[in-house]
Amino acid sequence: MITIKDLHKSYKTGNNSLHVLKGINFNVAEGELVSIMGSSGSGKSTLLNILGMLDEADTGSYTLDGVAIKNLNEKIAARYRNKFLGFIFQSFNLINYKSALDNVALPLYYQGMKRSERMDRAEAYLEKVGLAQWMDHLPNQLSGGQKQRVAIARALASDPKVLLADEPTGALDTKTSYEVMDLIQQINDEGRTILIVTHEPDIAQMTKRIVNLKDGLIIDDTKVNQVRALQNV
Amino acid sequence: MFDLERWQEIFETISKNKLRTFLTGLSVASGIFILVILLGIGEGMKNGIEREFQGDAANAIFVYPGVTTKEYKGLNPGRRIQLKNDDFEYTSAENKSELEFKSAVFRIFGGMVTFENESGSYRVEGVYPDYQFLENSSMVSGRFLNNRDVEESTKIVVLGNRVKMDLFKDSNDVLGKYVEISGIKFKVVGVYTDPGGEREESRVFVPITTAQKVFSGGNDINSLSYTLKAKETYEEALAASNNFTSKLETYLKGKHTIAPSDNSAIYINNMLENTKRFYDLIGMIKMFFWGVGICTIIAGVVGVSNIMLIIVKERTREIGVRKALGAQPLSIIGMVLHESIFVTSFAGLTGLIMGLVLLDFVGPMIQTDFIYNPTVNFNVALSTVVILIVAGAVAGFFPAYRAARIKPIIALRDE
Ligand SMILES: Nc1ncnc2c1ncn2[C@@H]1O[C@H](COP(=O)(O)OP(=O)(O)O)[C@@H](O)[C@H]1O
Ligand SMILES: [Mg+2]
Repeated sequence: MITIKDLHKSYKTGNNSLHVLKGINFNVAEGELVSIMGSSGSGKSTLLNILGMLDEADTGSYTLDGVAIKNLNEKIAARYRNKFLGFIFQSFNLINYKSALDNVALPLYYQGMKRSERMDRAEAYLEKVGLAQWMDHLPNQLSGGQKQRVAIARALASDPKVLLADEPTGALDTKTSYEVMDLIQQINDEGRTILIVTHEPDIAQMTKRIVNLKDGLIIDDTKVNQVRALQNV
Repeated sequence: MFDLERWQEIFETISKNKLRTFLTGLSVASGIFILVILLGIGEGMKNGIEREFQGDAANAIFVYPGVTTKEYKGLNPGRRIQLKNDDFEYTSAENKSELEFKSAVFRIFGGMVTFENESGSYRVEGVYPDYQFLENSSMVSGRFLNNRDVEESTKIVVLGNRVKMDLFKDSNDVLGKYVEISGIKFKVVGVYTDPGGEREESRVFVPITTAQKVFSGGNDINSLSYTLKAKETYEEALAASNNFTSKLETYLKGKHTIAPSDNSAIYINNMLENTKRFYDLIGMIKMFFWGVGICTIIAGVVGVSNIMLIIVKERTREIGVRKALGAQPLSIIGMVLHESIFVTSFAGLTGLIMGLVLLDFVGPMIQTDFIYNPTVNFNVALSTVVILIVAGAVAGFFPAYRAARIKPIIALRDE
């Protein structure tokens, strides 16, 4: 599903250049649930943003679902993001003046789907994350866990190839974190490819594979015995 | 623009941000409101001045004597000039081929006009038959004075409509009745109306010869009036009347021994030139009002643009999220532009309508000579709408451009 080869990325700030990714090689097959771990500042988010086409690598190649991702302009990147990817953020990034339902329907709007169809789809996904009764609520009327569920429903709505989650439980307490992880595991069980950035070992243990990042390089990449989140709730 | 989905998006953002939208719209609404009012006043001034001019023939030339201010050929300044019958006779004969209408006027101010128990003080003017056309008067009933009246110095009078109302009230039995002017009986032969309004209808006309005899005027006259024959174009007419007035001036100054450079001894009021001057002035006033109005709108546009910039900045993160969800740069531009145009147009239309309504209600109540029926015509209203849409697009352009350029990764980091 994802193939990256010799990926380099550095940030230029003034005269200094900070080499963040120093040659990443890594593959993700369809249906995998991968966690990317590493200490703060190790480049996890940078990597995920490049995978998410929110940022571009300096050198190296990236193939997503057989499509070479290169020479992106904003227009193409937007189309690929809409078609291939779903994002889950630490801070949810829901649009605060839109209801849960409208938030979930937004990626479908950008797909050009008709309103009625879009609303039906969005409702179905909200149901899937257990928030059907909350669909008319605004984000600030929802708890953190509920917000993240809405965000997950939104990420799923466009039926993407890959879900990218940057510290999806970073803003949640342990119990809520596990509930969210349970949902993510269920989605993965249905065959969806998911990448999660986290620095919490217990969350990483709930994925199927841990990729460890240090100083811009992968130092460890191991399959794990998945801990089911439900057992810990 | 006709994308229904986009409209739904816009309405959603607007309805969820009512105060912000209201404040944005307010500046534009007031800008257009001010523009409409100014244009209305400009139009009103034009109408008012036009009406003033309708009082007399548009190409009339009036001559009044004054007082000399310069010493000339041994004569001291401060001498009052008195026009005489022969001034009229000579200038009329001399320019016979050019003149259309002509009349001398012998005027008595504050003549008491009495009918039975009613009486009032009015301007009494001794005139020639042509004076009706010089004044643009038309008959309500009866006739104007004619050549025979002048030749025979008959004691007949033509009443202004106002005078008739004052003296005869609602009675229509006016013709053939006798009124007294300063104690002397005159037979009423007609009642006239004048587009100059009440002021011009508060007069009575008698044959000039009668007036001079009865009110001991001798050969004195107070003013001269002429119109020239029509010309093909306005420019020709203006040239001819300027030529005529300068001839007239030279002749009268020579005859009455006035220094050629003395501008106070003879006043020549050339309506055609005045008309042109007034129209030029109105044109300038209108242009000024447009300028002020446009500046107000520009201020509004800058305001909207600023607010939209703030909105875009405020919504940076949202824009980042939208981009992450697959929004194309063009759709972000469209969103901002659309909102900007919609808000400006809607607010502007509100201001336009409020302005029009105000003009409609207050306009007819304005009671000055210089503003009359202030309205804004449909084309002007239409142009302001076009201006609004353009203004909205201009106001939205920079914010939209900025929004489209925001990199999603940076936008998402925005707090
Ligand atoms: N836009 C940027 N400009 C400059 N430096 C950046 C930028 N984004 C991230 N960095 C730096 O790159 C390093 C890696 O950042 P990041 O990928 O966010 O790490 P992580 O997510 O693992 O904590 C950090 O040192 C961070 O300060
Ligand atoms: Mg990070």
